[in-house]
Amino acid sequence: MEFFDTISKTFLDFDSMLEVLPQLLKTGLTNTLIISISATIIGIVLGMLVAVMGIAKTRWIRIPARIYTDLFRGLPAILTILLIGRGFTGISQDIFGPSPYPLGIIALSLIASAYIGEIFRSGIQSVEKGQLEACRALGMSYGRAMVLVVIPQGIRRVLPALVNQFIAIVKDSSLVYFLGLLPMERELFRVGQDAAVLTGNLSPLVAAGIFYLIITVPLTHLVNYIDQKFRTGRRKATPPTSGLKEVSELQSSTQGERA
Amino acid sequence: MSATKEFHGSSLELTDMAMAYGDVEILHNINLKVAPGTTTCIIGPSGSGKSTLLRGINRLHEPKRGDVIVNGSSILGDRPDDVRKRIGMVFQHFNLFPDHTALQNVALAPWKVKGLNRKKAEELAAARLAEVGLAERSDHRPRDLSGGQQQRVAIARALAMEPEIMLFDEATSALDPELVKGVLNLMADLCQRGMTMVVVTHEMGFARKVADQVVFMDEGEVIESGTPEELFNHPKSDRLRRFLDEVL
Repeated sequence: MEFFDTISKTFLDFDSMLEVLPQLLKTGLTNTLIISISATIIGIVLGMLVAVMGIAKTRWIRIPARIYTDLFRGLPAILTILLIGRGFTGISQDIFGPSPYPLGIIALSLIASAYIGEIFRSGIQSVEKGQLEACRALGMSYGRAMVLVVIPQGIRRVLPALVNQFIAIVKDSSLVYFLGLLPMERELFRVGQDAAVLTGNLSPLVAAGIFYLIITVPLTHLVNYIDQKFRTGRRKATPPTSGLKEVSELQSSTQGERA
Repeated sequence: MSATKEFHGSSLELTDMAMAYGDVEILHNINLKVAPGTTTCIIGPSGSGKSTLLRGINRLHEPKRGDVIVNGSSILGDRPDDVRKRIGMVFQHFNLFPDHTALQNVALAPWKVKGLNRKKAEELAAARLAEVGLAERSDHRPRDLSGGQQQRVAIARALAMEPEIMLFDEATSALDPELVKGVLNLMADLCQRGMTMVVVTHEMGFARKVADQVVFMDEGEVIESGTPEELFNHPKSDRLRRFLDEVL
């Protein structure tokens, strides 16, 4: 019995949870969302660029994209965040001021863009070659065919993977705490961690964890939902139509027109 | 059938055209003349280079040697995109854009390539779809259309660019048998209306009835060409005789 008492006191102490709740909501959740969403948006823009470069016919466009991807996918996130967050403080100071917050977002964006670039590339390459060919046969340039026809189809196919990537970014956003953020810039993990240290109790961290789950769990279900919808299609089942019906339809329509 | 020539098909000539994939030469010294407003059917066994020939004409694949002459002047020096605006192509597997409706499929190129405004492009598309008997299906997406309907949308899509020449790459090979005739009739109709057409086909009945000229290819060469009567009733070469024995 005593064991369970200790457990609940250590992890589920409601008083210390309640105490940290306003700060988790106001500071932690807000910052986690700002960091994750900005990193995702920048990551998507850069990722699309990397993806398009990665499928270019010219080797000298392809190779830099490859190196970029290998680099940011191959390094531990924490190392990239520290190198960029600490290494570019000089430049960052001139543009953003003394806070390392923007650098944290940039570092996360670069990591995200490497993964998102690969997601986009696989999506774009999964679109049948005939699509590009049909566009080219109509006189479209390569770029226009990609933008109007091929890339939109590719993106649609990888939507579930993109949501998964966003979940990963939400979790990785906790790593920017290494850069030493101002109290009002702290995200969920750091807010929980601070309170945990102050109270000598892990419950605030558990509360932070619950917030992460509130963001991520619905998203994982959204992924499944999207995935299923795309697999089965939006279309309602319709009874099959006889090919003969089409034949007679066609006959009547062309005869009508020629008469 | 109406006899008004509303299309102004151009002439097409290939002189000593050769095509290669990498180092492997697929077509050797093809010579071919297609008069304006006529239909040429290309027949031959698989692997004979029929589809490659079509791809060389609109430069989806660049010819290695020789020349492609449209309306008297070579097109090899032009921008490939400009060449393809003048030469329409219809594919075996339709290659419609799945996330566009039939109308959008047809309107896209006139809007984005030709520069018509969107409304004009859609009016043009609606007219083209009506011509192929699909006025009522214009807001269907390809997956809600039968193969025959999809191929007719694809033909309307190519026609909307007002091409001078139309290329058909086994346009009926992927269709259910009862839907083949509808598409073939539509093609015969285009021929009547003055379009210049080069048709790669396995439909010998179509070639016999509609073609002005039939070309038999094998192993990357033109073995024999002439009128349908000459090729089907009086084949000269052994290879054509053997081929006809197999397919007729």
